[in-house]
Amino acid sequence: MGLVLRSFATVNEAGAALSEPGARYLGGGTLAVRAVNEGDVSVHSLVRITDPQLSRIELSEGRARIGASVTMARVAANPGIAFLAPAAMAVGGPAVRNMATVGGNLFAPAPYGDFAVALLALDAKVDARKDMPMERFLETRGALAKGSIVTAVSFALPSEGGFRFRKVSRVKPKGTSVLSIAAVIEEDPDGTIRSARIALGCMADRPIRAHAAERALVGSRRTEQGIAAALAVAGEGTHPVTDPVASAWYRAEVLPVHLRRLLLY
Amino acid sequence: MPKVPVQFALNGEEKAEFVESGTSLLTLLRDKIGDTSPKGGCHQGTCGACSVIIDGELKLSCLVLAETCGNASVQTTGGLAADGVLHPLQRAFLDHFAAQCGFCTPGMIMAAKALLDRNPDPTREDVVEAISGNICRCTGYEPIIQAVMAAAQGNSQRVA
Ligand SMILES: Cc1cc2nc3c(=O)[nH]c(=O)nc-3n(C[C@H](O)[C@H](O)[C@H](O)COP(=O)(O)OP(=O)(O)OC[C@H]3O[C@@H](n4cnc5c(N)ncnc54)[C@H](O)[C@@H]3O)c2cc1C
Ligand code: FES
Ligand code: FES
Repeated sequence: MGLVLRSFATVNEAGAALSEPGARYLGGGTLAVRAVNEGDVSVHSLVRITDPQLSRIELSEGRARIGASVTMARVAANPGIAFLAPAAMAVGGPAVRNMATVGGNLFAPAPYGDFAVALLALDAKVDARKDMPMERFLETRGALAKGSIVTAVSFALPSEGGFRFRKVSRVKPKGTSVLSIAAVIEEDPDGTIRSARIALGCMADRPIRAHAAERALVGSRRTEQGIAAALAVAGEGTHPVTDPVASAWYRAEVLPVHLRRLLLY
Repeated sequence: MPKVPVQFALNGEEKAEFVESGTSLLTLLRDKIGDTSPKGGCHQGTCGACSVIIDGELKLSCLVLAETCGNASVQTTGGLAADGVLHPLQRAFLDHFAAQCGFCTPGMIMAAKALLDRNPDPTREDVVEAISGNICRCTGYEPIIQAVMAAAQGNSQRVA
């Protein structure tokens, strides 16, 4: 059984083609075509959408909306969302970033999905057939209705300096994640933490929130003592993956170390 | 297997081919057109040996479906030398011993070209970043970095 590529101008037309058996959506193809090259014969057709709307980045009224077909390279080059450049630059090397899409990253299994970690900390909304908050989307992404297509993600722009991101890898400058962490921290003028959202990559089969650590931070400050309680519960609810990069044990051990660095520096 | 037409420019030369749907650009270039400069190292996106420049952007031809390249401009290392004169990057790779087995070289040169096209005066860090998706098992990378820096400075001669 060979492979067929089917191109459509609109999301609606593509949806029908995607509902057929063996059909898979094609974003940048860095995972989908790789799977085919590796001999995944369950894929009979790849379905892509050429609608330029999916490749837009729109900024208005303090919100950003990034089309699903926008590549990591385009995110990194957009001055309106410059705070996200480190997360986009964390995905693969230059060629991968010219191909890898935002939509595809939402589906990338651990140890991939570094950009999705950033979007989870931003509490992004995922536009699919139904709009969904990022956390809910990630919980259900394996069971999305056949033919579901993500068209965009959108989020409120964090305040200046409010977004933090760190990818930990052993190979520099480019390497697969031991883990990645993103946080959106809002602080009062006196430094008291008003709200905190922390997202972790590689600490489960999908990016997850560190809810216990978030709760421990609120009302506290970003000092050694102020974050101690959050570090102590950072691993709560995590099920780190084991892969050739690191064991689950190692990931659990180093998570508080890197969370501390993320919060303090 | 359905065959689909694809028309694109390869190193400035118009190509019109029929490919089996789902064929990678790498397979089309190597097996049908006969430009064997892009190499198939892994077919997984990890080695960078298949790197080509499509419409000005560095991409991995093993993961690009040929049919998606309609009307595109594709550049490969095979098209760099003009009238028997090597491109400055090729010259610099020779002069700096930046190739041993040579398998990574065409991909490295494309990655370097994509950098220099955008940034003619790169720092060492820029060069390291630019070739970070390309694996070399022979040189230890240092001669490659030296070669790219030298080519950028218009000075391909090896410094003693
Ligand atoms: C060498 C290499 C290095 C990499 N390094 C990293 C890394 O450091 N960090 C990282 O996070 N990832 C990495 N990746 C993985 C991958 O490149 C990225 O996760 C990328 O963002 C995936 O996007 P894509 O557009 O290529 O997805 P595709 O391969 O096109 O699609 C991936 C999956 O998502 C589905 N899909 C894609 N878009 C949509 C949509 N809009 N709606 C519904 N379903 C969709 C596809 O059907 C497919 O199942 C790497 C990959 C390679 C080959
Ligand atoms: S053959 Fe394409 S990246 Fe290795
Ligand atoms: S010269 Fe042999 S792989 Fe680079």
